Amino acid sequence: MSPTPAGRGASASERIETSTPSFGSPGLDTGAGRPARPTGSRPTGGRGRTAAWAVTLGVLLAASVVVAVTIGPAGLAPADVIASVAAHLGLGEPTLTPLRDGIVWELRMPRVLTAAAVGAGLALCGAVMQALTRNPLADPYLLGLSSGASVGAVVVIVLGVGLLLPFAAFAGALAALAATLALAGAAGRGGVGGTTGGLTPTRTVLAGLAVSSVFGALTSLVIFWSATGDSYREILNWLLGSLAGTDWVSVAIAGGALLVIGIPLIASARTLDAFAFGDAAASALGVHVGRSRMLLLGGTALLTGALVAVSGSIGFVGLILPHAVRLLVGSRHRALLPLSALAGALFLVWADTAARTLFDPRELPVGIITALVGGPVFAVLLMRRRVS
Amino acid sequence: MSDGLDLSRVRFSRTGRLIIDGVDATVPEGSFGVLLGPNGAGKSTLLHLIAGIERADAGALAFAGTDLAALRRRDRARRIALAEQETHDAPELRVDEVVALGRTPHLGAWSGLGERDRAVVAESLAVLGLEPLASRDYSTLSGGERQRVNLARAIAQEPELLLLDEPTNHLDVRAQLTSLELLRSLAAQGRTVLAALHDLGLAASYADHVIVLDGGRVVASGAPAEVLEPSLIREVWGVEAEVLSHPSTGRPIIAYAGVSSAQTPEVAFDPRT
Repeated sequence: MSPTPAGRGASASERIETSTPSFGSPGLDTGAGRPARPTGSRPTGGRGRTAAWAVTLGVLLAASVVVAVTIGPAGLAPADVIASVAAHLGLGEPTLTPLRDGIVWELRMPRVLTAAAVGAGLALCGAVMQALTRNPLADPYLLGLSSGASVGAVVVIVLGVGLLLPFAAFAGALAALAATLALAGAAGRGGVGGTTGGLTPTRTVLAGLAVSSVFGALTSLVIFWSATGDSYREILNWLLGSLAGTDWVSVAIAGGALLVIGIPLIASARTLDAFAFGDAAASALGVHVGRSRMLLLGGTALLTGALVAVSGSIGFVGLILPHAVRLLVGSRHRALLPLSALAGALFLVWADTAARTLFDPRELPVGIITALVGGPVFAVLLMRRRVS
Repeated sequence: MSDGLDLSRVRFSRTGRLIIDGVDATVPEGSFGVLLGPNGAGKSTLLHLIAGIERADAGALAFAGTDLAALRRRDRARRIALAEQETHDAPELRVDEVVALGRTPHLGAWSGLGERDRAVVAESLAVLGLEPLASRDYSTLSGGERQRVNLARAIAQEPELLLLDEPTNHLDVRAQLTSLELLRSLAAQGRTVLAALHDLGLAASYADHVIVLDGGRVVASGAPAEVLEPSLIREVWGVEAEVLSHPSTGRPIIAYAGVSSAQTPEVAFDPRT
């Protein structure tokens, strides 16, 4: 069955006979004779285009990391950043004063890299959740995972067992996800949806709202009850998300989780594509529907947990970036997932840079910036999709 | 004979309700079989059981001598494809991307579409006359166009057994006949086809083999001319009809005379519909 020179792989005997039935005849609704609808055409998700965007976003991200580190008091130049990084990687002699080097390597670089890893991970989680729940409004924040993870993280911090932080956050995210899906499903069974029709986008988002309200309140309660000092600031940072005070340990947690969980998630692109027409169609295409959904949603909970443990619940990143990337390369997940991750990283690096500099020397929780961008996007999606 | 599709005593119930009640049926290899029956007879469910989307409670399902229950899901998807009606929101995918989904069971996690996969996708688009729509967004298509894309996706799966649920819905007369002729030519090439249809006339014109389902049981099966008799049509659908013979093809023609009087109320308010 070797491909023929013409590129038609099917051998002559196997080729589907086209002569008898023909859809191309006059009077048939092929759409050939009418003007193309301007909104009907999608961008090609082709390899070349995807690769071009991947390179563009990758270069932008690398440049943004360097530039973002220079921004702030101390008057650093990109060359200083590169010199500092090179020195720490053993690639050159230290040229900066210890103080300035400390600002680059101990303060800003870990923070910027954490922002990149968290942004990438949240965008990836959003894209995966949107596919699995067939819900354009799905996002770790809107479905309550981030709030659940915050509760887990805060409880562990209060109890003083810091080593368990990512795991507790994971447990919290998983509990919140289970609660949201159960609540959305239970709400669905009351209607005409039957056994499978329960998880409509709106119902799921409403369930997520209920769950994140409760978990958000629990987070505040635990902090307030245990707090010794500035509990309001602490509460704000968990509820709205903040990258203040992140260090190399944060980079290791967020970056490690991104590598260990993000890569398998990206590898599942084809499975996610198969969900496009629903569970039955995915199953008919050879996908283990229940098992895949559990594994992949579990993966997003795990990743969200690790990210929230270092940054609190930063909203809307998982909602905005996948939708923006779809406009560029379409909905195929082989292109969508890696590009969403890159775009998420780029977005959060700049959102956090704005958060720490806009009201300098005071810091804004970065979630305020992402919500300012994300809220309107959410509204547009709500109107555009006429979600039921 | 076990070369085609072979169902034996298949039973299935959902939420305590028996939907498939001991179905015995065969569709010979390389033939075009049509599943008929009123709404709620269990046609779609039976197709789901064959496609492996749901598991039968009891009974045996075999294709070409292979027990379907023993096949891995992916291996089954390489041999059996199902084209269904849309029940969900349309995804925002291009038409050629939707058709390429049919290659899913043939691809590994990291491998992209190969040369042969692209050729099969192109071929499937061509067979259904979909080339002009290839770069359109599926969600902007009409019902009839979507129906043809779904069929192209199933064909791109290169199945030995092709299952279809109401493949002529939303299509105009010419497109209906074109689809059925395509299915018949696929069967003539050696693929086994089983389609659930509502239109008795189309089944009579095109099917090699019809299976009539009512209340989850097979009430008749065989060649259309043998099965589609006025008494059966009255019994199963509650409709009065005469069965004539087409002057040129010799195939049965169903000439409806109206709803059987005794059944009018039940049919009109059938809660299953």
